[in-house]
Amino acid sequence: MMELEQKSASPTFFKKHQESFYKSLEDKHTTLEFEDSDDPLNSRMVLNMGPSHPATHGVLRLLLQLNGETIEKAKLDLGYLHRGVEKIAENKTYQEFMPYTDRMDYLSPYSNNVALCLAVEKLADVEVPERAQYIRMIGAELARISAHLLWLGTMVMDSGAISFFIWTFREREKIYDIMDQLAGHRFTVSHARIGGVANDITDDAMALIKEFVQTFPKELKGFHSMLDRNRIFVDRNVDVGVVSTEKAIDLGATGPILRGSGYAYDIRRFEPYLKYDEMDFEIPTRLEGDNLARYYVRMEEMHESIRILRQCLDRLPKGPIRANDAKQAYPSKDEVYYSMEGMIHDFMMTDTGICPPEGAEVYHAVEAPKGELGYFIQSDGTGHPWRLKVNAPSFRNLQVLEHSLEGASISDTVLIIGSIDPVMGEADK
Amino acid sequence: MAYVEHEHGVSHPISVYRSTSDLTLVVPRDLLIETLPKLKEEHHFIYLVDIVGTDRFVEGDRFEVLYNLIDLKQGRRLVVKTFADEDIPVLPSASAIWTNASWHEREIFDMYGVHFTEHPDLRRVYLPEDFEYYPLRKEFPLLGIPGSIDLPTSTPDQEASS
Repeated sequence: MMELEQKSASPTFFKKHQESFYKSLEDKHTTLEFEDSDDPLNSRMVLNMGPSHPATHGVLRLLLQLNGETIEKAKLDLGYLHRGVEKIAENKTYQEFMPYTDRMDYLSPYSNNVALCLAVEKLADVEVPERAQYIRMIGAELARISAHLLWLGTMVMDSGAISFFIWTFREREKIYDIMDQLAGHRFTVSHARIGGVANDITDDAMALIKEFVQTFPKELKGFHSMLDRNRIFVDRNVDVGVVSTEKAIDLGATGPILRGSGYAYDIRRFEPYLKYDEMDFEIPTRLEGDNLARYYVRMEEMHESIRILRQCLDRLPKGPIRANDAKQAYPSKDEVYYSMEGMIHDFMMTDTGICPPEGAEVYHAVEAPKGELGYFIQSDGTGHPWRLKVNAPSFRNLQVLEHSLEGASISDTVLIIGSIDPVMGEADK
Repeated sequence: MAYVEHEHGVSHPISVYRSTSDLTLVVPRDLLIETLPKLKEEHHFIYLVDIVGTDRFVEGDRFEVLYNLIDLKQGRRLVVKTFADEDIPVLPSASAIWTNASWHEREIFDMYGVHFTEHPDLRRVYLPEDFEYYPLRKEFPLLGIPGSIDLPTSTPDQEASS
């Protein structure tokens, strides 16, 4: 333990933080301490990984106690991307907070927008037109494919293949183009509005989506044939980072981690929102709980997303795209530009925003690509939330990581992080 | 969910209400340590989704802590609400019941300064330990407190030369 003290002896910043972080690793499931003479080969060491490590998918910091190549204990340090969005939310109207949600899980901004909107709509009892609900579903499923494609590229890259990353990014690029046409932005879309969506699907966007739905399954098949029986990929992932079903539930795992561990928990089925109860799709589940199981779950989820997209395109009804109530949603631009009332309502929505009843509480979750993304909102009757809490799936899955790293080999660390697929923007809030 | 009303009669200090959609059980903090294991063992609420802290900004029971639980057998959601005192914000930890309560409680400790007794590792989860304030408390200013966080005093170039 001498080593430990020397290492943490003189940090430059946040002395107290560094000391307590190292100490917490030492304290983790307290064991009998032996003299250092018991370790003549000096195979024990404490490895600090991150926060700026290319393989941690963001600014995640890990403190690992190693015995040779095996991880004996692991501790995670979050907060390097903490921006205090929950505090910001308390000082913004509900609609103003929307762009901040884009920057939480920045790999699937559309899902985050939808999650916030649904929570506020449930709180304020806003009825959303059917067409808007279908557009939201299309956006959310595209976002899921886009997020899973990034995971696929980086995870295969973590296992040693670089070129794969470029192929998945080629497909992601198509989704960015669709988002560009659909929402007017490629990356941080902010397309959903409380009470509906910002604008209707254009013909160009429709054509792009239809083309994507046509061509993507072929690409997905290609990815499958490249990896499913790839010796290197399978050998590196099978039986690595195993999380049993009981452990996954006890550790609060969510999304593909929980489904890869054998529990078919999907908010789209558990508490259906939008029109998911009318959709025909499967919840991919695997029993093994290892990296490979999570790989199959995510790959099949992309396949199911395409199925949902096809059904959405078939059934997309005609009609308005925003609630036609000026107290609940922004009026259309036509009204704003050509009528006095429209303009006043537009000002009111921007200035005060929607005011849910006083004392109302809501928790609404959606199935984001990373898992259950929930918004808890408490209203005090004004246009600002009294409390807005984001239940971030990455935060919960990282806690699973802290426990599942133990016993793993140091060379698998990066792969296990890759298969957990955390987004630090969301975990750190 | 009649079992709640049935089991804890009217005379019992546990009360129930439904806000928007989820059933909420309001439990006084001294009954919390009995109620939570009971919910897990007897009613199969084995999956803890989230723990939320809020600041009501009133005297007395200032902080609210909400446990968001799921019964995986019957597919229902239950929110358990309890209060922490303003002067002595201490609650029993639920991390022995649901392991993942650990980080959620650390987050509440970080943001509101509510302590959880018998927590295995109660450190701040986002902010550095050196930070002395609790930022989600209502009195904490939106712009932060100047000087409360250690920042580099020199540019990287100066550091290299010194």
